[in-house]
Amino acid sequence: MIPSLRRQRIKNNIAESEQFRRRSFIGFICIAMAMLGLAFGYFRLQVLQHQEYQLRSDANRIKPRPIVPARGLIYDRNGKLLADNIPAYRIELVPDQIEDIDKTIAAIQNIISLSAEDLEAFQQSRKATGRFRPVVLKLRLNEEERAKLALNRYRLPNVEVVPYLTRRYPYENMFAHVIGYVGRVDAKDLEKLGDSKFTALSHTGKSGLEKFYEQELRGEIGYESVETNAQGRSLKTIGMQQASPGYDIQLSIDADLQKATIEAFGELQGAAVAVDPRTGEVLAMVSLPLFDPNLFINGISHVNYRALTENISRPLYDRNLQGGTAPGSTIKPFVALAGLESGLRKPEDKILSTGEFFLPGVSRGFRDSHHGGHGWVDLQESIAQSVNTYYYKLAVDLGIQRFDTYMLQYGFGKKTGIDLPSESIGILPSPEWKRKRFNEAWYPGDTVNVGIGQGAWNVTPLQLAQATAAIANNGEQHKLHLLKAKRKGFQTQWLPEALVAGQSIAKDPAHIAAIKSGMWGTVNGSRGTARAIAVGAEYLIAGKTGTAQKVSRKGNVSLNPNQLPMNQRHQALFIGYAPADNPRIAIAVMVEHGGFGSSTAAPIARKMMDAWLLPKTIAPIKTEPVVSITAPAQLTSATP
Amino acid sequence: MMRWLQAWVSDWLDCIDVPLFIGLLLILSTSLVVLSSAGASEGEHFVLAQGARFVAGIVAMLVIARIQPNRLRSWTPIIFALTLALMPVVFAVGSGRSARLWINLGFFYLQPGELLKLSVPMMVAWYLHRVVLPPTWATLAICGLIISVPAALIIRQPDLGTGLLVGASGIFALYLAGMHWWRIGLFAGAGLASLPVAWLFLREYQKNRILTFLNPENDQLGTGWNIIQSKIAIGSGGWFGKGWGNSTQAKLDYLPEHTTDFLFSVLSEEWGWVGVIFVFSLYVFVIGRCLWIASNARDGYSRILVGALAMTFSVYVLVNGGMVVGLLPVVGVPMPLLSYGGTSAVSLLAGFGIVMSVKAHRKFMGA
Repeated sequence: MIPSLRRQRIKNNIAESEQFRRRSFIGFICIAMAMLGLAFGYFRLQVLQHQEYQLRSDANRIKPRPIVPARGLIYDRNGKLLADNIPAYRIELVPDQIEDIDKTIAAIQNIISLSAEDLEAFQQSRKATGRFRPVVLKLRLNEEERAKLALNRYRLPNVEVVPYLTRRYPYENMFAHVIGYVGRVDAKDLEKLGDSKFTALSHTGKSGLEKFYEQELRGEIGYESVETNAQGRSLKTIGMQQASPGYDIQLSIDADLQKATIEAFGELQGAAVAVDPRTGEVLAMVSLPLFDPNLFINGISHVNYRALTENISRPLYDRNLQGGTAPGSTIKPFVALAGLESGLRKPEDKILSTGEFFLPGVSRGFRDSHHGGHGWVDLQESIAQSVNTYYYKLAVDLGIQRFDTYMLQYGFGKKTGIDLPSESIGILPSPEWKRKRFNEAWYPGDTVNVGIGQGAWNVTPLQLAQATAAIANNGEQHKLHLLKAKRKGFQTQWLPEALVAGQSIAKDPAHIAAIKSGMWGTVNGSRGTARAIAVGAEYLIAGKTGTAQKVSRKGNVSLNPNQLPMNQRHQALFIGYAPADNPRIAIAVMVEHGGFGSSTAAPIARKMMDAWLLPKTIAPIKTEPVVSITAPAQLTSATP
Repeated sequence: MMRWLQAWVSDWLDCIDVPLFIGLLLILSTSLVVLSSAGASEGEHFVLAQGARFVAGIVAMLVIARIQPNRLRSWTPIIFALTLALMPVVFAVGSGRSARLWINLGFFYLQPGELLKLSVPMMVAWYLHRVVLPPTWATLAICGLIISVPAALIIRQPDLGTGLLVGASGIFALYLAGMHWWRIGLFAGAGLASLPVAWLFLREYQKNRILTFLNPENDQLGTGWNIIQSKIAIGSGGWFGKGWGNSTQAKLDYLPEHTTDFLFSVLSEEWGWVGVIFVFSLYVFVIGRCLWIASNARDGYSRILVGALAMTFSVYVLVNGGMVVGLLPVVGVPMPLLSYGGTSAVSLLAGFGIVMSVKAHRKFMGA
């Protein structure tokens, strides 16, 4: 207060002590209040928000780990294994656990070779799966690679060699187009599958039955609840939701018939389908040239893939499913049936074939196959001798609209509904189709051409086989199918697929009988176009030959048909069934650049019929001893 | 012989403040119990090693308790000078993960910063004892020098947490010495105003810590991870906790530093809110007891030193407790006497030795 006093201030211990008491008391109160506030901070988290943090703690602790079941196996109708699982090893790494991925990969490359495809697939799936899940670097390590990696393991921390089951097709190329193949799951697949659990999946069906029955074959992915630490390493299993194995599938295909079919073609290429007309079961289905589906399983190399895609014969292309051709004369039995069904023809009605058919007011004629014509022919002879004039006239009488209605009823221009993906509907020529495709009007001459199976037609061998089977089965058409039975694992019984009731394609069984007699005549008549294949047959065959003109003289004058790729040249066709009196097999054969149906396609059908109907004359296929492995679940989902 | 021994023991026991001693022992035992769960993966010697450090600390405490406060007072300038002189040494030969904090003595890693936590308040108390209180501007200026030089050196190491604690201990001494409220207000205001300037001097990781504190969810896998996992640990503890040994957050390595800075999170997870309150009560009791002892101390030096030590101790608790629960930014301040670590525990217990010495010697020294 007063300056002079201040200068003379002396220490007053009692006053200082009092001062201290006050200050320390205030200090203590402040500290106690702060502690109280802190205690409330804890109260808020531990009591008020406990539920939320409990959940987050559990989510931290317990991680679901998918268990991928072994993929279902595929058998032929006699129990031969067509698609198998074999144990293999792959390299996996979790990006998050690796300091320098490029360096690690370089280190691995010093030990074993990694293809460009491996690296590309790795980078792709790395993007798709993220940092914390294992990404596959290379599949199907061989023994030597495994040994080398094991030796250098200490140099590659967090690089794991993991056992898994991989697909194998023991018959290699024989069922390439039917069974298709599995391939590595890629980002697109994952997007389609949607659920994150599928990141555990290494392979998925990419084509054929593998794709069509993907869900059945794959089974249900199960879950293990694993307690994991912050690095994602699992410490112990807490709970489990069992994986459910995929269905094993039994096909109606007969491996021996399939082989006989392939051999029957020899050097030729084309397609053939054999079905059981009584059920619609597909017995053989071959598209040539073949390819080895095993190449695709673990990522096909660029060299191999280019070889397949640049091959002008297009081995990857399934001629049965997508490959269309004009039916040529093989359409005649069905046009005849349309004539009977429509009431425009009776079996005994005769038409005069003079060698050329003229439309009123059109100077250019439509020819018969015989110069000078076949004379007067009834329905049976028209089929047996393949008389064009009969069908030119019938098609004109029916008119294109009615014609198409019948053809559609027999299964042309629509999918057969076989259990395979991406089936083509082919082309059923119609004025609407022509307008849409070429913006051209439909001429009466078009109808004439279409009546003998030429022109804008496009039918698949499957459609032909299905329609033929319907005739053979007295007009009752069964949907074509490959799946005969399925089962869930070895322990369970095969569950046969329910047979779907057939649909009748004809009003009157007598009409079918007339068509059948015509087809019988093709093979057995004195002037039948395929009488050569009846020689030495122990059973009666019925059928119809055909030739599809791929190159019409009109539009492609400059093209020399003999310089075109095989699949763009004339195609030889044959449809038929046997035994004619009690059909058990119906067949459609298409031979690319096969000349006439009678000379190349029909003999192939004969060999197939022999293979199916006669007691085994050819040695059954030697199956290499296939050790089928029932995979324990942990083999597929094993983690480091 | 027996009588001599008896006299010797009772002589030692006389220097002990029993309530404070019991409070400290309870905290230390709690530490060992929690560490034996949180550090289970560190091996069997882990808890024993910490126990050994506690024993060393208690011995130091008992030895210091026997030193008369006025003798300690007379050594204070030398002690201060010696500990301050260690700072350049640590810059030259120090070791540490990201900052040079330790001097390797062969058998022991010495952390000079920890010693300064004791010697700075000692020096401030020594000086304040010699001047008339409440402190004048001149007094404040000198004390400011005593405080800021060591604090700045420690922060340069860089060890922001310790530096701030050293600074705080000096400021508490001034507060207890009766520094005028308006001056306190002035300094506090100036301090707040200079915060933006201080920001410029912070290192990148220190800035990150503060940014992370402001919004931990922003960077969940980086700096925010610690605080998020700590909150999950604490929150999932509930009322009564998951039980001893059941801290999944620590055992599964979600919670980093779970034996040191984040040990209290483990305690909260395993013992629940009830356990938290139990430990807080122990701390409040220890702090209150120290302030009571200080209030009854004989001379200004003892009073201010013990009071400053007690209040600094509370800062540890509040900063660590607030940090692990996400109320304060992550600063490397352990929970006192609870977290794993040698130097901190020993220097804290040595500090409590001074408290006990003050308590033991007040009655003999008269007013």
